[in-house]
Amino acid sequence: MYVAVKGGERAIDNAHAWLAEERRGDPAVPELSVAQIREQMALAVNRVMTEGSLYDPDLAALAIKQARGDLIEAIFLIRAYRTTLPRFGSSAPVKTAEMACERRISATFKDAPGGQVLGPTFDYTHRLLDFKLAAEGGTPAAPEGEARREATPHITGFLNREGLIQTEDESDETPPDLTREPMELPAARALRLQALTRGDEGFVLGLAYSTQRGYARNHAFVGELRIGSVAVEMEIPELGFAIEIGEITVTECESVNQFKGSKTEPPQFTRGYGLVFGQTERKAISMALVDRALRWKELGEDDQGAPAQDEEFVLMHCDNIQATGFLEHIKLPHYVDFQSELELVRKLRRAAGAEEVKEAAE
Amino acid sequence: MSLLAKAPPAQLARLWAAFGEVPAYSYLRAPEAGGVMVQGRAGATGAPFNLGEMTVTRCSLKLETGEIGHAYVQGRDKDHATRAAQIDAMMQGAQAAALRAAVLDPLQEDLQARRARRGAKAAATRVEFFTMVRGED
Repeated sequence: MYVAVKGGERAIDNAHAWLAEERRGDPAVPELSVAQIREQMALAVNRVMTEGSLYDPDLAALAIKQARGDLIEAIFLIRAYRTTLPRFGSSAPVKTAEMACERRISATFKDAPGGQVLGPTFDYTHRLLDFKLAAEGGTPAAPEGEARREATPHITGFLNREGLIQTEDESDETPPDLTREPMELPAARALRLQALTRGDEGFVLGLAYSTQRGYARNHAFVGELRIGSVAVEMEIPELGFAIEIGEITVTECESVNQFKGSKTEPPQFTRGYGLVFGQTERKAISMALVDRALRWKELGEDDQGAPAQDEEFVLMHCDNIQATGFLEHIKLPHYVDFQSELELVRKLRRAAGAEEVKEAAE
Repeated sequence: MSLLAKAPPAQLARLWAAFGEVPAYSYLRAPEAGGVMVQGRAGATGAPFNLGEMTVTRCSLKLETGEIGHAYVQGRDKDHATRAAQIDAMMQGAQAAALRAAVLDPLQEDLQARRARRGAKAAATRVEFFTMVRGED
């Protein structure tokens, strides 16, 4: 029997009205402004920009407010908005070697040229709740030193000079874009990196952790982690030359991994790469580890059957908007589907019952 | 144009308002917000890949004095894009020097000051290693 589903309209309208009220919370408490979220919830804003795949701190802050702090819902809002924007073009690849670094550390070289610059980090804090923050008050100004004027060289460049690390050969190939064409497997590294950079932080972190625990072990060091601003350059058709169209903050992680060599490659260090919008370092490190694990084929390594080596598993499940869309749809009305299942189970039970009666008679 | 693209909209608005008399204009392309796909390189130096988009607003206009100006600015502020295109056009005319002194130079100084301040704070977090003398010798 077909059951028409109608009549939810009033309930839906009222539910949304209540949602708006709950979003606001207690009216006696001052309302959050978008600027407050942008400035004081900056790492949430960064995550929404990275996984929403759109660099715009104001929009990300608005999405967080609208989503009541549900970051995946906020990412969903940004992804939806992104699809409405006309695409003006593609930038030149950002030059992270010219980054104005605010944080730059290496776990492999103590005396790296450019130094170990901690930046505004949670590292070395005691992770004890700071009740002073519960009381409002002024913040003391951060101390200042002598600013570095010259660019900070990449650590992997030093290993490269000795030929101890696999090289990354520059090319100007147009990269595939999964927002324009559906992802096809096997995916080139450029497509994998795009999928990973917008992938869910928790999922990519879990996979990266699995490689550290022994699933496709490749023993990663953080060769370098840097956070800072880079200029974005684009060729302007009206002008016929490239100009800087903006400046974005990014986090970059280069992992350096042990590699005993294979049939095709000499013993050397290999690399994994992570690059994400904003200060989002857990994600950048995770991305580098998973990128490295997915490179087993091109490096001639064995397939250990580990989840992080399985391109189909990683790439088809790392997108939290695809995942949540499919997952959450099952809570929507499935009355007709369920009714047919119900009929089937009843029929099977009737058949089984008849069988039993027959057996008892025999 | 690069400077205008990166300038904080509120600051440009302030400097622009203080500049005074400016020629009228008509749009060749009305301000339009869109996205630009930002690329990175695998391993910082390898093959390009798509990192994600950023919002950009573009605009083209013609001054009544005939100069044409273009702008591509970061973000979604249409007034900001219009001002940037006006300045781009006016920089080709007689007001160029005055405009540079009143608008572009302060923007440049401010950009450098902001960068220097963050650079100075970063420098203060630089680790100065020292080696403890060990008792073996």
